[in-house]
Amino acid sequence: MKAFSLHFSFEFCAALRNRTLLLMNYLLPLGFFGLVGGMMVAINPYFGDQMIPAMVTFAVLSGAILGLPAPLVDAREAGILRSFKTNGVPALSLLAIPALSTILHMLVVAAIITIAAPLLFSSPLPENWLSYVVILVLFLLTCCSQGLLIGVVSGSSRSTVLWSQLIYLPSMMLSGMMVPADLLPEAFVKISHLLPATYAMQSFLGLAYGRESLYNPLMGALVLLAGTVLAFALAGYLFNWDSSNNNRRGHPALAFLAQLPYLLGTLFLV
Amino acid sequence: MNNLAVEVKNFSKRYGSITAVDRISFNVYRGEIFGLLGPNGAGKTTTLECLEGLRRADGGTLKVMGVDPAREQRRLLALIGVQLQTGSLPGYIRVGEAMRLFSAYHGVEPDYALLKRLGLEEQLNVQYHALSTGQKRRLALALAMVHRPAVLFLDEPTAGLDVSTRIALHELMAELRAEGTTILLSTHDLAEAESLSDRVAILLAGKLVAVGTPRELTSAGEGLTKVSVCTSGNSLAGLSLPGVVHKAEQDQYDVFFTASPGPTVAELISRIDSAGDELIDLRVERPSLEERFMELTGKQVMKRDENNGQAWKVRNDQLML
Repeated sequence: MKAFSLHFSFEFCAALRNRTLLLMNYLLPLGFFGLVGGMMVAINPYFGDQMIPAMVTFAVLSGAILGLPAPLVDAREAGILRSFKTNGVPALSLLAIPALSTILHMLVVAAIITIAAPLLFSSPLPENWLSYVVILVLFLLTCCSQGLLIGVVSGSSRSTVLWSQLIYLPSMMLSGMMVPADLLPEAFVKISHLLPATYAMQSFLGLAYGRESLYNPLMGALVLLAGTVLAFALAGYLFNWDSSNNNRRGHPALAFLAQLPYLLGTLFLV
Repeated sequence: MNNLAVEVKNFSKRYGSITAVDRISFNVYRGEIFGLLGPNGAGKTTTLECLEGLRRADGGTLKVMGVDPAREQRRLLALIGVQLQTGSLPGYIRVGEAMRLFSAYHGVEPDYALLKRLGLEEQLNVQYHALSTGQKRRLALALAMVHRPAVLFLDEPTAGLDVSTRIALHELMAELRAEGTTILLSTHDLAEAESLSDRVAILLAGKLVAVGTPRELTSAGEGLTKVSVCTSGNSLAGLSLPGVVHKAEQDQYDVFFTASPGPTVAELISRIDSAGDELIDLRVERPSLEERFMELTGKQVMKRDENNGQAWKVRNDQLML
């Protein structure tokens, strides 16, 4: 336990020392919130009504999908994981600790956005705080599991960026963060439900804000939960200490299984 | 309890169609420094990594202090310390943090004296990415030793180090051996292997070509002992002795190469005496491990060349360490 807490405290501090992580965890989401948030309210007054869930969703995507996988891939490529292994650091710590550190950083960012948005942009606060926090934590876990899975299966830093962007960019455009889901063409609504952020937005709006959603928001939360459990399990199973080791467990393509709950959601919820 | 720290029996490792290590066997005894030598791609690092539990053997038996590295990782890690050739640490971790973290994972108190002994006491708050290559290697060694392992695996420990650090590290290894630690050392530095190792093994293209003490290996070779003599009257000029090669004078020394240094030296002194000459200096240099290594590896390469008739067109003098 002492080793775990020491490791966690190092990982948490390292995210503040590392400029890339500082950018992904704090500067990008808070900068985006300050600049684009204000701009979007001026362009689209309805945006202000969902600014808090939208900006929090954006922040979580930024920290967990863009920020979390790269250090894992870099550590594997640089032989850091091998050094950890020979010094008795368990694989579970190498997956759980960066995820927990990211969650803590993102909770700080979410708190800043939640407090600042009503003051700066008169955005409404959640009606149901418990649901808001539960969905936030659930979505954090979902994105961390996806981020870890990307980090575990990516063969190089370049492919990490590609996989991360494959989730990040469509989430920005289609999940309902920038444009309300009911304004999207039907085909795009279907496609958008392949993305965890869409379920998070629907759950935030339906459960925390008591607004109308495309389907029962509890079902959306359940899809997120199933996707999270599956992605964590697959990340643990596919974890590899060494990029040049030919004895890896399972084919990286197994990672696509983590998308199964979202595919089922697309087919049966929408 | 047997006296073996490391047992390697018919060990093989393949990467796809390439056989990196081919049925090698050797033992390392407790408390000895064992050098693993060979050119790049010989299979040294693969052998070490299988013993360290980082890779799985494809054939044969491996044991470290009686523990199978592939099956009993947890027990193994308590017994071994590892300095990897390609190991690293997160760039933003501080030296002191790394010491605390790895000590905690080994369940021991941090040993800051070890950092001091390795000249890292002033780097406690320096982040890993800001350390020099030598400092990184010394830190890796310190971290490998925090739990006082019974067996220490060192893969190229002195590569890239300056002379004083290298000497300090050699002294440390000698002290560790005196304390009973077994050290398995992979190195390209043959002089280092010769001076530090109790025994060495030479690997070439995945096969073991020699095992023994440095003296055994050098005396088993075809190398001749070099005898250099300097006299005031130059009485040895043009001397011819049976079985001895006399090379022309070099820097006022007559240089002789012989397979029997004792009788040759006695004969030379007798010749100097009978000529009424004065002996100024006499030096005897036995063949080095490096010469023996070149002899062994050169032969292997040429043999392989003959067998394959392709690819391995490498001359002896091109086989660089």
